[in-house]
Amino acid sequence: MQGTGADTLVAARPAPDSRHGVVGWMRTRLFNGPLNSLISLVTLALLVWGLTPLVQWALIDADWLGDSREACSGEGACWVFISARFETIVYGFYPAAERYRVDITLALMAATIAWLAIPRMPARRWVVVFALIGFPVIAWLLLVGGVFDLPYVPTRRWGGLMLTLTVATVGIVGSLPLGVILALGRRSKMPLVRSLCIVFIEFWRGVPLITVLFMASVMLPLFVPSEVEFNKLLRALIGIMFFWSAYMAEVVRGGLQAIPKGQEEAAKALGLSYWRRMGLIILPQALKLVIPGIVNTFIALFKDTSLVLIIGLFDLLAIIRAGLTDTDWLGFATEGYVFAALMFWVFCFSMSRYSQYMERRLHRGH
Amino acid sequence: MPKPPSSHVPLWRRPAFRALIIQALLLAGLVALIAMMVGNALSNLEARGITTGFGFLGERAGFSIPQTLIDYSGDSTYARTFVVGLLNTLLVSGMGIVAATIIGFAVGIARLSPNWVLARLASAFVEIFRNIPLLVQILFWYFAVLQALPSPRQSLSLMEAVFLNVRGLIVPAPVPEAGFGLTLTALVIAIAASIGFALYARRLQARTGKALPVYWCGAAMIIGLPLLAFVVSGAPLSWVMPELKGFNFRGGVTVIPELMALWLALSIYTASFIAEIVRSGIQSVPKGQVEASRAIGLSSNITLRKVVIPQAMRVIVPQLTSQYLNLIKNSSLATAIGYPDLVAVFAGTSLNQTGQAIEIIAITMAVYLTISLSVSALMNVYNARTLIKER
Repeated sequence: MQGTGADTLVAARPAPDSRHGVVGWMRTRLFNGPLNSLISLVTLALLVWGLTPLVQWALIDADWLGDSREACSGEGACWVFISARFETIVYGFYPAAERYRVDITLALMAATIAWLAIPRMPARRWVVVFALIGFPVIAWLLLVGGVFDLPYVPTRRWGGLMLTLTVATVGIVGSLPLGVILALGRRSKMPLVRSLCIVFIEFWRGVPLITVLFMASVMLPLFVPSEVEFNKLLRALIGIMFFWSAYMAEVVRGGLQAIPKGQEEAAKALGLSYWRRMGLIILPQALKLVIPGIVNTFIALFKDTSLVLIIGLFDLLAIIRAGLTDTDWLGFATEGYVFAALMFWVFCFSMSRYSQYMERRLHRGH
Repeated sequence: MPKPPSSHVPLWRRPAFRALIIQALLLAGLVALIAMMVGNALSNLEARGITTGFGFLGERAGFSIPQTLIDYSGDSTYARTFVVGLLNTLLVSGMGIVAATIIGFAVGIARLSPNWVLARLASAFVEIFRNIPLLVQILFWYFAVLQALPSPRQSLSLMEAVFLNVRGLIVPAPVPEAGFGLTLTALVIAIAASIGFALYARRLQARTGKALPVYWCGAAMIIGLPLLAFVVSGAPLSWVMPELKGFNFRGGVTVIPELMALWLALSIYTASFIAEIVRSGIQSVPKGQVEASRAIGLSSNITLRKVVIPQAMRVIVPQLTSQYLNLIKNSSLATAIGYPDLVAVFAGTSLNQTGQAIEIIAITMAVYLTISLSVSALMNVYNARTLIKER
């Protein structure tokens, strides 16, 4: 103000371009320019055109209550199909009286995962040890039984969500350490170790998982002595573990390659042995770098557990599929598959969101 | 500094000695394992009365296949079954790769659009389809969507030429007549000429800096020349229209619902991954590159074509290769809905009939392994050619 009097003050004017509020937001994000406006209108129209019948079908016209086919009005989705079979979907053919054992295992698993997932929890290191060693043993004893007065439940009676989670957990817990060993082996200076690891990794990565499962179900029994009874679930688990450990190995290798050579040289200069160098210096850094890749592999593994239905194991998807052939419930394919999709989606989506959260949290800004 | 005399270090603490021992043990273990497996396999096969060897390939298969690209009947051999399955696998993989690439690039670019609705819609597409198992999607398309289509009599139709019903998608079949060869020849010549022109244009630009309209000329030649030949030779192509006769359609080409379901699911599932790859590729190009090219006065079209896309492709191509390989491998899920791919007809039906588990699984795995390794090799060559040349 260069000496102008108070009476000559210019009245306040609005900002030249409204970028605030709903109108401003719409102006910058939806209608800046004719082309963008057109795209917005067409997309919105498509969205309304596609979503309205979907919401109508899945929520508004849907039937929720009842326990038989008669409850379905036939106008929208009939979720009674799911609720009537919910127990089977979760427990498979696990004996009804023993299902509390599955509940305990699932609760223990949820608690362990929650403990590990929340960064503020104390003693997470020991919980990791428990999750990798203690939990599988406890879960196995609880689910199979045959000890401590628990009746024996053979694995062929396992099924549904419980089997899906079993396959996924064993796959994840087994393929990570195996993958780390393979990745280390691939970088080994011993030519035989290195080439064996390369052949192993390239072989499993080059074939479809389904042929691995076929191999596990029809070829593996030929390779073991005929006296050995080798149960189907175990065979599938071995196949899945080998297959995914190869993918895991490549992810871990990426992390190992990203660690500057100086780290290893410094550890050598301190006189640490190979396993201490790897275990204390290199692997913690490498694994932290590739957390997103590891979680991606977990997600892929989780999704692919559904393939066990092809060799006749009754996972979540197979149980729902079996329900569709039930003569009381013919014609509910859409509801069944939408529900299966939703279940898998919830698990995979939360894993991917958690991995993004970890990525941001561990990001050190360089 | 002189090395300390090795006699001071006990033999078992020397790295070289240890490495030797470890590898010797590993080799011995491996040989023992293989010997044990072979021994078990031989005695098990004998106990089950299965003969080993590949002699079964010449035997009569005796089952029919709903879709074959080459002549096949129940009298054909298992070797022919194998070829039929392999061709079907390649067919659905090829169709899937083309569709997934187109959808994936479109969605990936849409995710970066400044338009809020479009970007959100693209994100929703990605988040939904990549977090649902492919098998669920295949079963959904097949049983919940395609099996719910009307019967042939009530088909949905497009201009009475393309029909969609529960038996599949029926389109008119092209029948080339005498003289159609001219059009094909023209197409080949046009493609060769476009390649030659592109090479010449590149050399000219490297020498003089003058840019020729390569894309427009190429497109004009490839479309125009065959069209000209087609018209000159008197349009020697007729169409067989599908017609409803009784309960089913006659004439035309039928795309069976199994193929459609598998194709839809594979394309959409893979597209959701490709979209993310495309987005990350474009975002990986530093902003300064775009700003610098604007500053030297390049148009936004040239900036995109000569600055952004070439750099983005370096990030995109290797990941795209893995997605193509995944798609080929995932096509093996065909067996869940009965599309007659390699795994379904060979590792499925043929294996059940002959019991030759070891041979058949080995052949099937070898096929996928060969495809995987050769595609990776090809893409590695491409990757090496497009690498940023650094000093």
